[in-house]
Amino acid sequence: MAAIEIDSVVKTYAGGVTAVRGVSVTIPDGAFAVLVGPSGCGKSTILRMVAGLEAITAGEVRIGGRRVNELDPADRDIAMVFQNYALYPHMSVRDNLSYGLRNRRVARDEIARRVAAAADTLQIGALLDRKPRALSGGQRQRVAMGRAIVREPAAFLFDEPLSNLDAKLRVQMRAEIRQLQRRLGTTSIYVTHDQQEAMTMADTLIVLNGGRIEQVGAPLGVYRHPATTFVAAFIGSPPMNLLSARVEGGRVLLEGAEILAVAGLADGPVTVGIRPEDLAPGASAPDPAVAFELAVDYVEELGNGRLVHGRHAGQEMTVAVAADVALGDRLALAAGRDRLHLFDSASGRRLAA
Amino acid sequence: MVENRPVLDFLAHLVLALGVALVAFPVWIAFVASTHAPTRFLTGLVPLLPGDNLVETYRTMLTAGISTSGAPPVAGMLWNSLVMAVLIATGKIAISLTSAFAIVYFRFPLRQLAFWLIFITLMLPVEVRILPTFEVVAGLGMLNSYAGLTVPLIASATATFLFRQVFLTIPDELTEAARIDGAGPMKFFRDIMIPLSRTNIAALFVILFIYGWNQYLWPLLITTDDGYYTIVAGIKRMAEAAESDPKWNYIMATAMMAMLPPVLVVLAMQRLFVKGLVETEK
Repeated sequence: MAAIEIDSVVKTYAGGVTAVRGVSVTIPDGAFAVLVGPSGCGKSTILRMVAGLEAITAGEVRIGGRRVNELDPADRDIAMVFQNYALYPHMSVRDNLSYGLRNRRVARDEIARRVAAAADTLQIGALLDRKPRALSGGQRQRVAMGRAIVREPAAFLFDEPLSNLDAKLRVQMRAEIRQLQRRLGTTSIYVTHDQQEAMTMADTLIVLNGGRIEQVGAPLGVYRHPATTFVAAFIGSPPMNLLSARVEGGRVLLEGAEILAVAGLADGPVTVGIRPEDLAPGASAPDPAVAFELAVDYVEELGNGRLVHGRHAGQEMTVAVAADVALGDRLALAAGRDRLHLFDSASGRRLAA
Repeated sequence: MVENRPVLDFLAHLVLALGVALVAFPVWIAFVASTHAPTRFLTGLVPLLPGDNLVETYRTMLTAGISTSGAPPVAGMLWNSLVMAVLIATGKIAISLTSAFAIVYFRFPLRQLAFWLIFITLMLPVEVRILPTFEVVAGLGMLNSYAGLTVPLIASATATFLFRQVFLTIPDELTEAARIDGAGPMKFFRDIMIPLSRTNIAALFVILFIYGWNQYLWPLLITTDDGYYTIVAGIKRMAEAAESDPKWNYIMATAMMAMLPPVLVVLAMQRLFVKGLVETEK
């Protein structure tokens, strides 16, 4: 078992493209960290540098306190689960599981014991003599997990392992992976572009954008207190509404109406964030800070509720409501003070509370 | 498109039957000729039905040959051809597998140059470079040897390209998974790449075996010792025998025996052969 320390890591490709621009984060022993961000944010590159599949341009990666920059992937004591599973197609499930152990010259009866234990844990005992092509997507996923487990590594690395599964199976496998990881207590890094997957699975959520870390924290903390407008818009579905407002003499004004009194803010533009589910119809919110009418442009029916897209004074907004709404309606909305997020317009950074 | 019209069916089968007849008839004639006594051909007409001399002809050819026209026993020539075809096929496969592996998976200086040099050899089959190659082989003292028969033919740009394409279809993740599993390059090559190219290797073996078996000009040129004659070149020597009429029954028997091994190879490896040519799933 080991903590993973990523220290000022930079990745510049031969062509001069910089994918990772100085990332530092420590994943404590036994934690499940999720790297999340849009495509091109460098999340897979970071994972691959930890795995040893990409050279580290600058900085240092330590696993269990040991510098691994120069080590071969095989010597880093890690196991990786790939997006397309990367099972050896010509080998039976049993051989797939045991291949890495045989290469390490683990004793034969020890291999048999570990394979049997992994097969038992993942309920793939009946599949051991099949070839990967005779397995369903979910079964292949389990075999890929099994190949990681039998190694008994210091860390698991997951590279979008669920994106090839259908929605239902994905939700099920999320829970299975998490339960398994808790039971084994193995430090894990999990890469995904799906913020929902990230929220549901992570102990530590690491939000990346453009090769830099935007925010690190527990999922709920990140959701409740996004550090930047990027995180605010990326985490949560539907995304947070970001509205342009102004600060004048310590008061935040939205469309000329005071919504918040905040001390210590310089005059100028700010961004106000409100989550769609925090906007309640009518003036029902306690201590309403914002109240306005929304012109309904478009309604997304979800069954258990609906998402209303509309405009207020030229700014587009999304609201989650339970009641029926018709196109062209005007919807009276309100949100409490404690539900508002303030961001600096220029830097996108969170202001005050 | 599923058509069900009797006339079309009939026409289609007619065309197929004609095609088969066109290919099979000469083979039949050769077979018939090999079953008659030599005197039957003096009239100039070849009979259409088998005669009664089959066992006699084939036994003579296999064990004794025709000493008057300088033809050694066919059994020996069959063995030489077999050795040559197998050496060429396995040698070509071994060399092209490793060179394709080097080109696809290793970053070494002048890699592109190596790639293009291999490519250029496509333009230099043995027939084009036959004199200089003969000179080299003679200089190395490889005339009348299995090495001389096979080594000049053993490099194969075509096979290298085929394996390169096969290797390029193998997903990178598989390579990475193998690295994490602690497989070094050669172990990866042996445990993953070769098994995954199995059907392509089989398909190529069939093609290259036939290529090697049918070699004519090169063996004719570099073998003067009848202990190293190959069967395809041997037929030519028999037909050219000076100062006597060609013994058609013996020549045809030899031709039949020369045709048999490639047919057997194709039959034995047919399933793998087809799979290797059409299979795309990796």
